[in-house]
Amino acid sequence: MIGAIVIGLLAGVLAGMLGVGGGVLFVPGLVLLLGLSQHEAEATSLLAIIPVAIVGSVRQDRYGNVRRADALTLGVLSVAGAAGGVVLANALSGSVLRDGFAIFMLLVAAQLVRRVRRERDPASAAGSGGD
Amino acid sequence: MQGVAEGVHADGQRSLERTATLMAIGTLAGLFSGLFGVGGGIVIVPLLVLWLGYDERAATATSLAAIIFIAGFGAATQGLYGNVNVLDAILVGLPAIGGVLLGTWLQQRVPTRSISLLFAAVLVASAVELVLR
Repeated sequence: MIGAIVIGLLAGVLAGMLGVGGGVLFVPGLVLLLGLSQHEAEATSLLAIIPVAIVGSVRQDRYGNVRRADALTLGVLSVAGAAGGVVLANALSGSVLRDGFAIFMLLVAAQLVRRVRRERDPASAAGSGGD
Repeated sequence: MQGVAEGVHADGQRSLERTATLMAIGTLAGLFSGLFGVGGGIVIVPLLVLWLGYDERAATATSLAAIIFIAGFGAATQGLYGNVNVLDAILVGLPAIGGVLLGTWLQQRVPTRSISLLFAAVLVASAVELVLR
């Protein structure tokens, strides 16, 4: 129980500071610290993301940054893709899914390093991430 | 009159194209999100910038709002497979809200460059740990 709270807090702080998504931290945290299977961790991460996304987008909406109509269209029309992705995940074995997730983590790490290097170079603008 | 009709037609065409583009982004992000159990912002943000001319800030904010739906659909589907651990999701998700607020506050006050690099190293180490365990 304390492990889960620590994962949430730490992942949240890093997500808020660095602009990366919570999921990239929730999933390995749930697998490595709480011993969930890759499938359970991914499923649980999806549910855990929702309250964070709600609070984050309400704040962003107050600053006028959310284009509501587009967000609604994009979100609602994602239903087939989201369901398809979950069906695909459940068709794969835990180890294949885990290896795929490890590659995804390396991509996020590479993106972070690239952003740091870009910020050092004032010629181009910064930032990415967002989930 | 004809000009007005053409204008309306062109507007309809444009909004149809925009809806199709948003649907394509939503589908790609949904696939990615469902497959990996993440929000999908890493897919949505660059595509909103690239395909719809969003600036980074609006793209990140709009992505966050869309993720409520995307993660919701994915979690519901995972629920049908019996994979969702609801108690753990609550124990992780609620403290994460406080964490994000603290992280956003810290971001304005401490240099994030070295933390980014340290965190990238932690991600690489965790990826190795995941694969090897």
